[in-house]
Amino acid sequence: MQLASEESASKHGVYTSGTHLPNTLPRRLMTWWMVMRIALEERLAYRGDFALGTLMRFLPIITQIFLWGAVFSSLGDDSATGKKLGGYNFPDMVAYFLLTMIARAFSSMPGLAGGIASQIRQGEIKRYLIQPVDLVGFLLLSRLAHKLAYYFVATVPFAFVFFLCRGYFADGFPPAHLFVAFVGSLVMGFLLGFFLEATIGMIGFWFLEVSSLLFIFMLFSFFLSGHMFPLTLLPEGVLTVVNFLPFKYLAYFPAAIFLGKIPDDELPMELAIEAVWVAFFIIACRVMYSRGVKRYSGYGG
Amino acid sequence: MPPIIDVRELTKSYRVHKKREGLMESVRGLFHREYSDVQAVRGINLQVEQGEFVAFLGPNGAGKTTTLKLLSGVINPTSGHATVMGFTPWERKNEYRRRFALVMGQKNQLWWDLPAQESYLLHQQIYGVPPDQFTATLNELTELLDVTKLLGQPVRELSLGERMKMELIAALLHSPDVLFLDEPTIGLDVIAQHNIQQFLRYYQEKRKITVLLTSHYMKDVAALCKRVVIVAGGLVQYDGSLAGIIDKFSGNKIVTLQFGIADRPSDLSRLGTLLDTNWPKVRISIARAEIPRVLAEALRDYTIEDVSVEDPPLEDVIADLFHQVA
Repeated sequence: MQLASEESASKHGVYTSGTHLPNTLPRRLMTWWMVMRIALEERLAYRGDFALGTLMRFLPIITQIFLWGAVFSSLGDDSATGKKLGGYNFPDMVAYFLLTMIARAFSSMPGLAGGIASQIRQGEIKRYLIQPVDLVGFLLLSRLAHKLAYYFVATVPFAFVFFLCRGYFADGFPPAHLFVAFVGSLVMGFLLGFFLEATIGMIGFWFLEVSSLLFIFMLFSFFLSGHMFPLTLLPEGVLTVVNFLPFKYLAYFPAAIFLGKIPDDELPMELAIEAVWVAFFIIACRVMYSRGVKRYSGYGG
Repeated sequence: MPPIIDVRELTKSYRVHKKREGLMESVRGLFHREYSDVQAVRGINLQVEQGEFVAFLGPNGAGKTTTLKLLSGVINPTSGHATVMGFTPWERKNEYRRRFALVMGQKNQLWWDLPAQESYLLHQQIYGVPPDQFTATLNELTELLDVTKLLGQPVRELSLGERMKMELIAALLHSPDVLFLDEPTIGLDVIAQHNIQQFLRYYQEKRKITVLLTSHYMKDVAALCKRVVIVAGGLVQYDGSLAGIIDKFSGNKIVTLQFGIADRPSDLSRLGTLLDTNWPKVRISIARAEIPRVLAEALRDYTIEDVSVEDPPLEDVIADLFHQVA
């Protein structure tokens, strides 16, 4: 058995009574697994809430089918060959919403920013200062566990809904390279959603109450992510601006890839830009956390 | 060997937003904020040797909890130095964080909706406790605290006393060398308090760990700590034994006289400060130096059947002391 650090053991070892295992990769993985396991158990502690939360996500799609059905029939045509809005005909539109549902299942982070802010306000953040754990890593693993549990439960109803709506996918399944890009954009969407919201949560170190700020962010995210409508419906000027923002990667982008709406020659660049956004928010979140902790610990608690 | 805890001229002041009363003042506060500095700790010096069990006493807001927060690295000081086991706490090195624990009676670290056992498994991973050591420690602690049966029950269903025991186990699983306890028995009934005291005494004596405890219960302190540090107004006011507090801070003793006469003399107050009269029994507070003279006088002038001389109760002395500092 080895001590945590040979150097510190010899320097401070006179006091040591307990031994610690070295922080090797297998042990790290074991720790990560344990964090995920605990987060999962906690999420499943309230089974009813979990089940309801999972199933209720499917309700909005029904509203969307009726709404866009009405819009297109008022245009006089709701067939696959009919009129297009922002490049989407009626079946495309329904397929788009089904796909944004999948994208949101990856990128949405309910309660993350608010949770961080409330942990700061209530002083629970202390445990991450006292114990040898990293807050951001801890939250990321917990969220990953919640998401995996959700996918596990939601796969069957998702498959069922997609099967019922298969008629709306006029082009069927996309070619392999688009599907790979689609999966990649989902994974990056998860990371982007996580680090974007975590960064907002860190603002809680400066302003204890962030709920109004969070509300504004949600509002923007709702419209600018393409959650409400395909972004190509926006006027030219607005679209140009929105294209420069990270929101579109949370819902619009993966759906548009799947439906073949992103030209092949633009796709690699778009994916690269998304990766840059992910990197940006990982760094932003880290910087805000370390500055926030300094402020917190310099300020009080 | 240097002291395991070495605190020198440590100060901590908080900047607080001055909020005035009333709506208009609140609106004004949106645009123009006034801040003031609150000095929670004004220059604490403290050296603790390995294996000591030290009590921190002091009125609310005296700086006890702030000092514990500084020593556990939750906050950074305004000035001064401190080392614990050779580490500067607010650098928050993992090597340091693996070797101490902080238990706060009013906060919980366990996962609320899960059995304590799950939190312990997570702690095992976080602190890197070898499996055999983990099992042995957990068995020992749960048996000592008599909570083996409660391990599988969600923490939210436990009573306050049971939860506190679970918190203590969580803090001790990684066998810390230094333990900070912030009011561990707050809100507990007498039996639960007693259980936790006994446990802490046994564990500390056996492992020879260093413990710093804050508490408002004199019984905790009397049962556990040979050394008492009184903090008030952000400074160390006293550092020594519990009994020494009385010698140092109380110049008086309590004299109880049992009179053998039916009528109460009217001039009793010349003897000292009358505390209470339950004729024929009278309790008087008398300056220590005056006692031989006053007693001789009393025995000469009145018929007295019984005399007792005692130290004032510790709680009273400490309450007076807190009062003076405040």
